[in-house]
Amino acid sequence: MSRLAATFEALSKSGRKALVPFITAGDPRPDFTLPMMHAMVEAGVDVIELGVPFSDPMADGPVIQRASERALDHKMSLRRTLAIATEFRKTNQHTPVVLMGYVNPIEAMGYEDFANAAQRAEIDGVLTVDLPPEEAEECVALLKARDIDPIFLLAPNSTDERIKKMDAAGSGYIYYVSLKGVTGAGHLNTADVETKLNQIKANTRLPVAIGFGVKDAQTAKTVANLGDGVVVGSALISKIEANLDDPERAKTEIVELLVAMRQAMDN
Amino acid sequence: MTEKYNMPDERGHFGPYGGMFVAETLMLPIQELNAAYQQYLDDPDFIAELDADLTHYVGRPSPLYHAERWSRELGGAQIYLKREDLNHTGAHKINNTIGQALLAKRMGKTRIIAETGAGQHGVATATVAARLGLECVIYMGAVDVVRQSLNVYRMKLLGATVVPVESGSKTLKDALNEALRDWVTNVDNTFYIIGTVAGPHPYPAMVRDFQAIIGREARQQCLNQAGRLPDALVACVGGGSNAIGLFYPFIDDRSVKMIGVEAAGDGIETGRHSAPLCAGRPGVLHGNRTYLMEDDDGEIIETHSISAGLDYPGVGPEHAWLKDTGRAEYVNITDSEAMEGFHALTCMEGIIPALESSHAMAYTMKLAPTMSKDEIIIVCLSGRGDKDMQTIAQREGIEL
Repeated sequence: MSRLAATFEALSKSGRKALVPFITAGDPRPDFTLPMMHAMVEAGVDVIELGVPFSDPMADGPVIQRASERALDHKMSLRRTLAIATEFRKTNQHTPVVLMGYVNPIEAMGYEDFANAAQRAEIDGVLTVDLPPEEAEECVALLKARDIDPIFLLAPNSTDERIKKMDAAGSGYIYYVSLKGVTGAGHLNTADVETKLNQIKANTRLPVAIGFGVKDAQTAKTVANLGDGVVVGSALISKIEANLDDPERAKTEIVELLVAMRQAMDN
Repeated sequence: MTEKYNMPDERGHFGPYGGMFVAETLMLPIQELNAAYQQYLDDPDFIAELDADLTHYVGRPSPLYHAERWSRELGGAQIYLKREDLNHTGAHKINNTIGQALLAKRMGKTRIIAETGAGQHGVATATVAARLGLECVIYMGAVDVVRQSLNVYRMKLLGATVVPVESGSKTLKDALNEALRDWVTNVDNTFYIIGTVAGPHPYPAMVRDFQAIIGREARQQCLNQAGRLPDALVACVGGGSNAIGLFYPFIDDRSVKMIGVEAAGDGIETGRHSAPLCAGRPGVLHGNRTYLMEDDDGEIIETHSISAGLDYPGVGPEHAWLKDTGRAEYVNITDSEAMEGFHALTCMEGIIPALESSHAMAYTMKLAPTMSKDEIIIVCLSGRGDKDMQTIAQREGIEL
């Protein structure tokens, strides 16, 4: 069983929901990321989504766009992101790490070389925003052959047919984008998310993590109750951005927010 | 080869290129767009409405003009200019915006968005939106807003909101990113009019089909005026919409050479250029796989060209396919050479071309003398140069 499947199964048995933070590798500096990952585990997160910076993050709002720009200013890349994940795994064998980004850096490395490198780095899942199942056949086969979970997105306008397609192509979990828009945008509508989750659950047995619009402990709790996990990204990166001159302070504030979310979700 | 050219496949692939590389939220809207496009492509009412607009509003057919003096001066092939500069709004862009706006209307969309580089596509979009009474938002890189201020003013006069994009390199690619972000947020009421043969399927095929009127007319006009098909076609390539529009109806005429001219900026060897087909490699950007300007890590790198309309790190996926199969050839022209082309046409024929089109003119100056006097080149004069007066004067140290 993959590390992701085991994690979601254990959570389900104990009646808890997954807390899944997203940070961009190399933001605000390359040496920030590894200690931040360990600190997030200490704060009680279950899965880490590690963003691979890309020059043209089309599905991201301004907060994550700027995170990508800061990371690229420090020459962060897919290779260096994998190196960070490798370091993380040396002292943490239990927390799943999911790479999240866009397909072009993977194309540049080559699908097979990437799949091999991800396997060596003990990456657990790969979520590629602009690689829908229609275009992902080659990549998915290479990842699955190495026990790496390909993770797909669902959106408010995804049909039954598409949900079934993600169920067939994906594994690990499904990432439900709770609103039409870019990351960090707007406020989500709980009733809408609940309706959609019923539709999704009727068409897949994969766990569903819900993201986009999760800003604080209260929304984390509300959203967690609707699915199997909650993804928080822009709210964390905003802490980095607010403390660019003091990364230690950013780390402390991120940990505080995650601890508050964890407590709200568990109570 | 006797088999008729028939690309893309039903999922938008031109061989390994093209496709639908989009985030999930955009999957449904592009599928809806494709369904609507397939439906209206063969709908006699739609075709009739489009044809009437192209005739009475755009002013088609555009002339195929025999540039006799310039041909004589160059001493080789006979040069014919396809005068897209004479269209309403001054460039070929309106052929496509008229088509997509009519589609938007039939799909019940009330809001139009577009990206623009030089501003020609933005103006052409704002124009049709004004005529149809649709809300219109144009995304334009902050750098381009400055260097194409005249077009920004035109768009505003036409009632469009122009949003300067401050992210990334602040040029066309970033405007496209921002338009995609808008679309993903407002998919229910919004139609995204992409200005070139890029983006996810069906855009590359759809924009080509709307622009193919350039080549259909040119082919017939050449047969009428010269009694034969041309020997070569020349067009500038940024995203590549005017080029594919000219080339497409000639693809099965194997005797006709097709030559796309990319922007070499300061020179390919300097790295400061916008020539992905000549000096890039395949990757995925803006919804399709094509040749890109990127670094070893797959990050898109900054491009350079004197002409904002060619300043784009990608190119339409069909051009990538035509390059790989050898059906078309892609060459490049520097900023300085483009300026020579600009002056040559202006002085020789009394026609002031856009800086984009000037790249095609400059290559024609190299090509024509290598051909015989009874051979024919058709060059796409994709737009007029009025918008570039500021840039050209500045480059030549003249204050207006």
